[in-house]
Amino acid sequence: MKIVVCVNHVPDTETKIKIGADSKSIDKTGVNFMLSPYDELAVEEGLRLKEKFGGDVTVLSLGGDAHKETLRKALAMGVEKATLLKDEAVRDSFGIAKGLAEELKTMSPDIILFGKQSIDFDDAQVGTMVAELLGISSVSVVVKLTIDNGKVICEREIEGGHETVETSLPCVIQAQRGLNEPRYPSLKGIMSAKTKPIQEKPAAAGELRVESIALRKPEAKAAGRIVGTDKSAVPELVRLLHEEAKVI
Amino acid sequence: MQKFQGVDYMNVDSLLSEEELLVRNTVREFVDDNVIPIIEKHARAGTFPMDLVAKMADLGLFGSTLPAKYGCAEMNNVAYGLVMQELERGDSGVRSFASVQSSLVMFPIFAYGSEKQKDYWLPRLAKGEAIGCFGLTEPDFGSNPGGMITRAEETSDGYVLNGAKMWITNGTLADVAVVWAKLGGVVRGFLVEKGMKGFSAPEMKGKHSLRASVTSELILQDVHIPKENILPNGEGLKLPLSCLSQARYGIAWGAIGAAMACYDSALNYAKTRIQFDKPIASFQLTQEKLVHMLNEITKAQLLCLQLGRLKDSGKVRFQQISFAKRNNVYHALQIAREARSILGANGILDEYPVMRHAANLESVITYEGTHEMHTLIVGEDITGIPAFV
Ligand SMILES: Cc1cc2nc3c(=O)[nH]c(=O)nc-3n(C[C@H](O)[C@H](O)[C@H](O)COP(=O)(O)OP(=O)(O)OC[C@H]3O[C@@H](n4cnc5c(N)ncnc54)[C@H](O)[C@@H]3O)c2cc1C
Repeated sequence: MKIVVCVNHVPDTETKIKIGADSKSIDKTGVNFMLSPYDELAVEEGLRLKEKFGGDVTVLSLGGDAHKETLRKALAMGVEKATLLKDEAVRDSFGIAKGLAEELKTMSPDIILFGKQSIDFDDAQVGTMVAELLGISSVSVVVKLTIDNGKVICEREIEGGHETVETSLPCVIQAQRGLNEPRYPSLKGIMSAKTKPIQEKPAAAGELRVESIALRKPEAKAAGRIVGTDKSAVPELVRLLHEEAKVI
Repeated sequence: MQKFQGVDYMNVDSLLSEEELLVRNTVREFVDDNVIPIIEKHARAGTFPMDLVAKMADLGLFGSTLPAKYGCAEMNNVAYGLVMQELERGDSGVRSFASVQSSLVMFPIFAYGSEKQKDYWLPRLAKGEAIGCFGLTEPDFGSNPGGMITRAEETSDGYVLNGAKMWITNGTLADVAVVWAKLGGVVRGFLVEKGMKGFSAPEMKGKHSLRASVTSELILQDVHIPKENILPNGEGLKLPLSCLSQARYGIAWGAIGAAMACYDSALNYAKTRIQFDKPIASFQLTQEKLVHMLNEITKAQLLCLQLGRLKDSGKVRFQQISFAKRNNVYHALQIAREARSILGANGILDEYPVMRHAANLESVITYEGTHEMHTLIVGEDITGIPAFV
């Protein structure tokens, strides 16, 4: 099975984000970047598919040189090949999807895995756009994947329940938490990742259609208030929840 | 609780390679997920978390600097040090397990063992299918191991060992013990296997320190071992001392991990604990403690990094390892005590890691050569005058 996993390099979830001087990008100084957590699920799923069906896994990323760190992590987890579609420009989801799709056309994989969204801009569009550009089906928010004789059965998470859908290969699958528990890269894997080359190519990315014009941080949360410390405070608490917070 | 973000005031990370960082971050995450959530329970019960063995082996934490043909990662010494740092940020007992397995068991088999011993034991030890221990210290010979009483006598088909070892990490758990004994007055290494007649390894109880680590006696009463179980390539006290150099190197890094955990805990606590209507972090005395901790951690990081680079280029001297072990463990212990004071009464509770680290470090400052012995090693190195006796 020919498996491709598309991965993004995003700020660490624990980072305290500062908005840059241009007020439309973030200040990257001192920010740790990492393999986007949903993409990590996709890498793990790719490796499991390879372990089950044979074949190989390639990771693909579109972005600057810094993305190599994330590609290297995927190689350390056990992926065989990595390609970086080099591009330092500011892109929207379409631009990235176009660049990835152009490369994927030349690779003709059986299955393309994404995370359900990357945790930087949370657009959750690239995977679906790539499927559309390639003219294949796409299933998002997947928590269980079973492939049998070319038949692809996915369980999807939906509000308040699960939905089971069926499609066929080739297709795009977008991973949701719960799909698997990603492995740690082993120390041996990390050392052997050094010897696996990262192929670099210019990206054939698409033009900007949606432009980011401003970033703003959420309002600071107001300080908490202690209404009382024993049961005599309950009536007042109920009143505040009802009249001020309006939640009951 | 917020995820540990590392302590790196002087951007020491920029001196690490991409692989070194990935190794460190991987083990950091592993420790956050697998060690920290369970360790207090084990420390309280006085048990070693056995299910970590397979997980650590899968990750490749045992013998990670040894060649790939034995199933090892063949990493450099800086990466190995970073592994030890992160493990000890979890617990000194967990780090001790990995130190003993890697530096005190796999290393001597690799360096002084026969091909057959290496081929048999190293892959098993790397996979965690076999556990090892290292028996040098005796009830009456600690800082002065050259005086050891344990003896080996040659027989027609092997050797007979008699004697007793004490304070042996992993002793009760071990499938193979690297035991040091005198054969015709000369120190030699022997591989004593679990179940050999006359060999037992009862656990020592009642420790207030390293509670999540097994410490044992090794009792050897007329233990017959086959000829092929002697380590053939080398003799003399320098052999066990060379193993200790490997392990001490890892301990120098490990101490940074324990210190980081204490600093992190104290800093977070100081920012949120309110007294006199202010966070205690706003008092100058508290700030001085925090700055002192950070200062010592940073110095220890730079010391270890340079030590590791020297080791990787084959230029390190054992006195330099003593210098780093001595400094880093001493300061880690001071930091643990200072952190404890910042946490006030909460500092003695096992809801926080500080008291456990402080208690653990009391062992760490004693084992693998006491603080005093390392002082004397460096003292001799700079004055030319030995002051041991
Ligand atoms: C938890 C734990 C695990 C251990 N694991 C192992 C293990 O796996 N394998 C192993 O072989 N050993 C192990 N040890 C033993 C450890 O290495 C010894 O305890 C250590 O070498 C000190 O020996 P001792 O306890 O006999 O102290 P002693 O040698 O009796 O020393 C007592 C005090 O006297 C001081 N002192 C001694 N001689 C001098 C001198 N010449 N000048 C100045 N001061 C001196 C010491 O510094 C110390 O302060 C372990 C110990 C502990 C606590």
